[in-house]
Amino acid sequence: MSFDAVRDLYQDVILRHGRNPVHMQRLEVFDAAASGDNPMCGDRCEVRIQYAPDGAVGTIGFDARGCAISMASADLMVEAATGRPPEDIRALASDFYGLVRTGDTASENTALAALKPLSGVAEYPSRIKCATLPWAALLAALDGQTEASSE
Amino acid sequence: MVGDAGAMNQIGPRIPGVPFNVDRIRQDFPILSQSVRGKKLVFLDSAASAQKPRAVIEAMSHAMETQYANVHRGLHWMSERTTDAYESVRDQVASLLNAPSRDEIVFTRNTTEAINLVAHSYGRGVLQPGQAVLISEMEHHSNIVPWQMLRDAHGIRLLVAPVTDAGELDMAAYESLLADGNVGLVAITHMSNVLGTYTPAARVAALAHRFGARILFDGSQAVVHRAADVQAIDADFYVFTGHKLYGPTGIGVLWARAELLDRMPPFLGGGDMISSVSFEKSTWARVPHKFEAGTPAILEAIGLGAAISYVNEIGYDAIAAHEQSLTDHALATLSTIDGLYIIGRAQDRGGVISFTMDGAHAHDIATLLDRNGIAVRAGHHCAEPLMQRLGLDSTARASFALYTTHAEIDALAENLERVRSFFQ
Repeated sequence: MSFDAVRDLYQDVILRHGRNPVHMQRLEVFDAAASGDNPMCGDRCEVRIQYAPDGAVGTIGFDARGCAISMASADLMVEAATGRPPEDIRALASDFYGLVRTGDTASENTALAALKPLSGVAEYPSRIKCATLPWAALLAALDGQTEASSE
Repeated sequence: MVGDAGAMNQIGPRIPGVPFNVDRIRQDFPILSQSVRGKKLVFLDSAASAQKPRAVIEAMSHAMETQYANVHRGLHWMSERTTDAYESVRDQVASLLNAPSRDEIVFTRNTTEAINLVAHSYGRGVLQPGQAVLISEMEHHSNIVPWQMLRDAHGIRLLVAPVTDAGELDMAAYESLLADGNVGLVAITHMSNVLGTYTPAARVAALAHRFGARILFDGSQAVVHRAADVQAIDADFYVFTGHKLYGPTGIGVLWARAELLDRMPPFLGGGDMISSVSFEKSTWARVPHKFEAGTPAILEAIGLGAAISYVNEIGYDAIAAHEQSLTDHALATLSTIDGLYIIGRAQDRGGVISFTMDGAHAHDIATLLDRNGIAVRAGHHCAEPLMQRLGLDSTARASFALYTTHAEIDALAENLERVRSFFQ
């Protein structure tokens, strides 16, 4: 028995970002912040953002505790979303939710490419929320809320 | 009526003279031969819900195929036979708990409903505002939230007895809370669903009584692994659920002393719980029917009866000995894994083992184990306050049942070594 079969879920990029999330930092100066909770497992993720003068999201930082999937998802989210205007981020989030729910990687959204390693989550329904938790927090922050709903 | 299940507890092996044979027992559980993700199922999540022996499955389908109608109302053969079958389970439960009277057994939907019944009925009907309910830090949410609701609705105080770093009830703190607190009721687990710790029930009850408090035990975990004797431990209330005891979902039990049940107002109103009804006034049926409004879980009760018979046939002595051996083996084996930490080290503990691992979150552990067919639970185990007390967000938990084998624990340990390398 080995764990080769879980490589679809735990690809190297996920293990790497899950172990050492490079964007995990609490921004001291920020324009909006929101937290998400996964009540099933107690995982938490707080996202803080700074807007650039043009209205785009210039800087994103997160502070989280959680599993490899949620940590990697948060880290990859920062890479994919930074520098984009809020409406692009909302569209990207929508595509990302589709990706992790269906596993379908055919989207034409180029920003989604960096997130495709998370498509394997679709095979593990109980883990989808791990991947979407940081996104829920980011979307709540964009909407000016401080708490993400758990759904 | 079913025979003296209490006496059957003493028999031990299923067939007199034949020792406990886990391989034969496993043949009684059809699901254990299933594969998961192409791997042999290793089911180590029985503390969440246990698998069902064929005897339970067949008792329920046999009732539906041959002998089923509503209970306590039909003046016909089918209803009378079904009523007998349903009511005979009350005798079985009374024997299981060594209750003084069958009329002290109330069927509920599960442990949660049983505790809500007590919180609502005894809590509002007998406890006075200003009195306290004392729980412990290692309670399941089902033994926390109903008391918070009672606190907010009825003005009782909620006190929490701490657990030690070893994961045992802090007896000195428990005693001083009782001494100071005007405690009306203690509500405490008989065995922790996270740490596997057994509460020293007789001592805990004696202390409660010394300070004038009544005591409720949540027996959801304990009754699965050891014979429970409400008279020996001198309990006032004892609750458990059927589905962890190899029975079906949807059936639970409240036992309480008759004099307490008599003083308690009904919980839910409706059919079956009344003596007479007019638009001006209704009068209540006698105990226990006063607490069983509406058509009860007839088939589930019959399933529970079959589960109790099954457990009694094997015998609690044999079950406890087997599970103690499993627990000792698991504690010894898991302790050798680098970076794995077993949570709690109670002197008296059973086959529920929570652990964490350096570099691997509980959910990741569970997903990897699942890939090799091993089912464990991961998360806060419906005991968030205990997690906070222990400074943890989540743990992985392996729990054992009478059908668990030493080889399954070896498979768990072997795979946990792989999990460790995977995340290194």
